[in-house]
Order: sequence, then C-alpha cells, then structure tokens
Amino acid sequence: MDSLKTFLFSLFHLGQRELTGRILTAGAAALAIISTVAIMSFISVKGLSTFVNNGVSVKEFLLSFDWAPDRLPEEGGPRVGVLAFILGSAAVSLPAVFLSAPLSVCCAVFIVEIAPFLGQRVLQPAIEILAGIPSVVYGYIGLSVLVPFIREHAGGLGFSVMAGFLVLSVMILPTIVSILTDSIKALPGEWKEAAYSLGSTRWQTIRLVLLPAARSGLITGTVLGLARAFGEALAVQMVIGNTRKIPISILDPVTTLTSAITMDMGNTPMGTLWNNALWSMGLLLLMMSCFFILVVRFVVRKGGAVR
Amino acid sequence: MNARLADKIATGLFWTGALAVIVILCSIAVYILYHGVKSINWDFLVKPPQVIRAGGGIGPQIFNSFYLLVLSMAFTVPLGILGGVYLAEYAGVNRWTEFIRLSIETLNSLPSIVVGLFGLLVFVNMTGWGYTLMSGAMALTVINLPLMIRITEESIRGVPDSLREASLALGANRWQSIIKVVLPGAFPGIVSGVIITSGRVFGEAAALLFTAGMSSPSMYFSKWKLFHPSSPLNPFRPAETLAVHIWKVNTEGLIPDLRRVADGSAAVLILLVLGFNLAVRWLGRKIYRRMTAS
Repeated sequence: MDSLKTFLFSLFHLGQRELTGRILTAGAAALAIISTVAIMSFISVKGLSTFVNNGVSVKEFLLSFDWAPDRLPEEGGPRVGVLAFILGSAAVSLPAVFLSAPLSVCCAVFIVEIAPFLGQRVLQPAIEILAGIPSVVYGYIGLSVLVPFIREHAGGLGFSVMAGFLVLSVMILPTIVSILTDSIKALPGEWKEAAYSLGSTRWQTIRLVLLPAARSGLITGTVLGLARAFGEALAVQMVIGNTRKIPISILDPVTTLTSAITMDMGNTPMGTLWNNALWSMGLLLLMMSCFFILVVRFVVRKGGAVR
Repeated sequence: MNARLADKIATGLFWTGALAVIVILCSIAVYILYHGVKSINWDFLVKPPQVIRAGGGIGPQIFNSFYLLVLSMAFTVPLGILGGVYLAEYAGVNRWTEFIRLSIETLNSLPSIVVGLFGLLVFVNMTGWGYTLMSGAMALTVINLPLMIRITEESIRGVPDSLREASLALGANRWQSIIKVVLPGAFPGIVSGVIITSGRVFGEAAALLFTAGMSSPSMYFSKWKLFHPSSPLNPFRPAETLAVHIWKVNTEGLIPDLRRVADGSAAVLILLVLGFNLAVRWLGRKIYRRMTAS
C-alpha cells in the first residue's frame, strides 16, 4: 500500500514537472507535422505508381482526354488520360467562385458597414449556419430540388455542370464571407473617417478605400473558397451526372476528379492501373491544395497583416 | 453619375445581396425540415434500415454517428489542446514554429476525400483493421486536429498575462500555471472548439466512405461486450454514419421509400448540427458569465 502511494505520488510529481509539459505539448504539435508529412508521402508514393510501375507518361495522364481504364488489350489496352476530369473540376468550381465572390462581398460589407446591427445579429449567424450544413445535405437538396428544376426549366437531364456550380457557390459562401469580414473589420477606423470627412459618400468610401485596403483578405477568401470547391466530393458527385463525355454546355453532365475517385475507388482492385490512376488523381488534388495554400501565403505576405 | 444616386443604388444592391443569402438559408432550412418532419417518428429513429423493402429506419446510423463522435473526440480533444498550448505558451519565433503553422494550415485545407484516401492506406490497409470505426475516428482526428489546435491557441492567448504572472510569482512552474490557471481561463473557448469540431464529425462523409465503410453489421443492443463482433460498442467493426447513409441512399439506394428515408435522415442530421450550433452559443454565454462573474 505504501509503495503504491509513493508510486502515485511520484506520478503526480512527474505530471507537475516542467519537462513533462514541454514534451507532451511539443509532441502534440509535432503530430500535426507528422500527419502532414505522412499524408504527402503516402499519397505521393501511391500516386506515382501509375507513372513508375505502369509506365504511363505524365504528359499522357495530364493532357489526354482518353479515359478508358477498362479497355481490353485486344482493343489497344487501357488508357488513363484525366484531362476531362481536370476540366470538369474547373468547370464546376470556377463559376461557383465567380458567383459566390460578389455575393460574399455584398454580405461582408453589409455586416461591417451597411447595417452592423442586423448584419451581426441576423446575417452573420445565418452564414455560420450555412457553414455548418453538411455537404451531403447540400448534395441532397441539389438532387431533389435543383436537378428537377433545371430539367424542367432549362432542359437536359438536370444532372449538369450548372447544378454542380450552383450547389458549390452556396457551400463556399461562408468561407469567403468570414475571411473578408475579418479583414474589413481589421482596417483602421481612421481611414474610413478620413474618407467621409473628405466628403465621400458611403459607396465611394467602400469602393475606393475599404475594399482596396481589404484586397488581400478578398483574394485569400476567394482562393480558399476555390480550394474548397475544387476538393468537394460528395455534394458535387450527387448532382453532376458523372459521365465520361466532355461537357459542351452547362446543361451537360460532367465528371470531376473527386467524383471519379468517389465512384470507382471502392470498385477497383488495389494495384491495377485503373486503381493507381485514381490514386494519381488524389495526388493531383493534394498538389492543387498545396498550391492554393502557397498562393494564400504569398498574398498575405505581400498584402501585409491580414490573417 | 450623381454620387448620391450611385450611393443609393449601391446600398440597394448590398441589401439585395444580404437578403438573397437569408432567403437561400431559410428556404433550405424550411425545405429540409418541412419534408423531414413528415417522415420522422419513433420507429424511424430506432429501426434498422431495409435493403429492398420499404419501412426501414436509421437507428444504427444515429448510434454510429454518436459513437464515432465519442471515439474521435477522445483523440482530437487532448491532442488539440496540447498542441494549442504548445503554440500559445512554449513556441518561440523560429523556423520550427513556422513549420508547425504551415503544416496546420495545409492540413486544414486538405480536401476531406484526400484525408479519406490517406486513411484507407494507413488506418485501413496498413494496420490490417479493414473498414472500422477506429479507422474512421483517426481520419476524423486528422481532419479536426488543426481546427482544434487553432481554437485552443486563440482562447489561450485571450487569457490575461496578469493571471500567468501571478501564478508564476507564487512559485508555480510554467506547466503548473498552464494546467491550474491558464487552461481553466481558456475553458469557454475550448468548449466551443469541441462543439464546432463535433458538428464537423456529424457532417463528414467523404473521409468516412473509405475508412469507416458504407455498411453496418447487424448489431445486438443487448450485447455490450467491447470486442464482440456484433456488439455495438466494438470499435473494430465497420460503421455507416448518418451522413454516409444519406449519400448512399441517394446514389445507390434500391428501397421504394427512398425519398422518405432521405428526407428524414437529412432532417435528423440538420437538427443535430443545428442543435450543436445553438449549444455553442448558449453554453459559451453561460460559461462566460460564470467565469467572469458578470
């Protein structure tokens, strides 16, 4: 009993030591690095096997429309060109950003300048709730409301590029708004007062002083929104129809990188060319995500102290 | 153009934009709740789903979502708090810290499907577990860790320095001051961090498809032995969560009452997430009041 007591006491003592704290906390922080490095290296190794083991050239993978991973050897063997998917991802995420960014500017300015009381009591919580709605729910609403609506009023199957970017534009709105709101709020109040005292109207102040000064916040928010749109999988996959054909109009169905991975990863055996090509697409997504982060870092460093 | 007129037009546009967003949110919420409430009843909430016949429920899926929440929080909360403490209290201004921040930023913006793929490689295949709740919990930890670290760091930075100094002056070392003084002071922020990350656990699906799997074994809620294959508590069994169920029913469902199940599941999910959202606000306010005695 006594030895147990000494043991517990020494354990307690150890728990109070400065070194214990340092080791525990530094270990947890190091875990963030370890996870990041592990994700990058594992996905890279697996994703590069298309090029190393299957001998597909990077050029063919990135720049060919030829996606026929299940073609028999007699007919010329399988082909894994994913350009159609890359363009598909761009075709749903870029218009989403073009729709969402102006609306986000409206919301952010509304919250900070136009009607701060209503903005902070009604609009901001509303946007936070939008941010909390799970992506599958967005996908489900797209599927049960947007797709039939497009089918009846615009034509086509309904499963389309348009359904994809409309769903995405609502999903990325909160990301852009929250970053932009923070950066407008962080501007020194004197700038605004100076503009007003020179006789500017509110709109002139917003257009000529506030928005240019919050430029880096606007770019950061837009890029992070684009990153989110580019990487979103299920909501998009549910409404875009997922055909291998290249879309000609915005009413045509399309496949994105993420939806191709979602659909086929579970159905293809590990180690086959088809499966490896999916991992390469995963690697491509990872590289895009890193690219977006670098852009944001660059912008923030250039633009000064905006988070 | 007259500057005053331009100002009026612009103000009108800002109001329109703001109203448009409110209308979008309200119509989404009303649509989901209106359709969902019709299909929610007690049977629906507790019965297991059907594969081809009508009349299935979402009982196991709700249980799985909550159990996964508990499992992943068991990793996320301690690791996130410790990481946040490091960044707020111990980290110096140097390359190492910069590297940690870059990692957290990268991790935070990774598409969840990429984390799912990583989980498939490491937590499912390399560990040899197969699709399990545990793999799913680990993937979710990877997704939530950066957010938890950031929120903890911010709330620790909000604790006034005078408290720290008082504790150090009384002879406590830094670690003791952190545990006994700083962390309790940062408690409200940490609680809201926990609840925000919990909401993300409920909503996440892409990362779980390839880690926790898309099926649930038949469970017997009378068996509570931890590692029995049909025990609901076994962390090494595959588990389909509510969010994954919504996706699966909509994309590959064969049941005739698909709309009813999908409507009901979406409504339950939204209610859970909204509930968490409201809980954050309420609890945050309440704890803040108690801590600051105002």
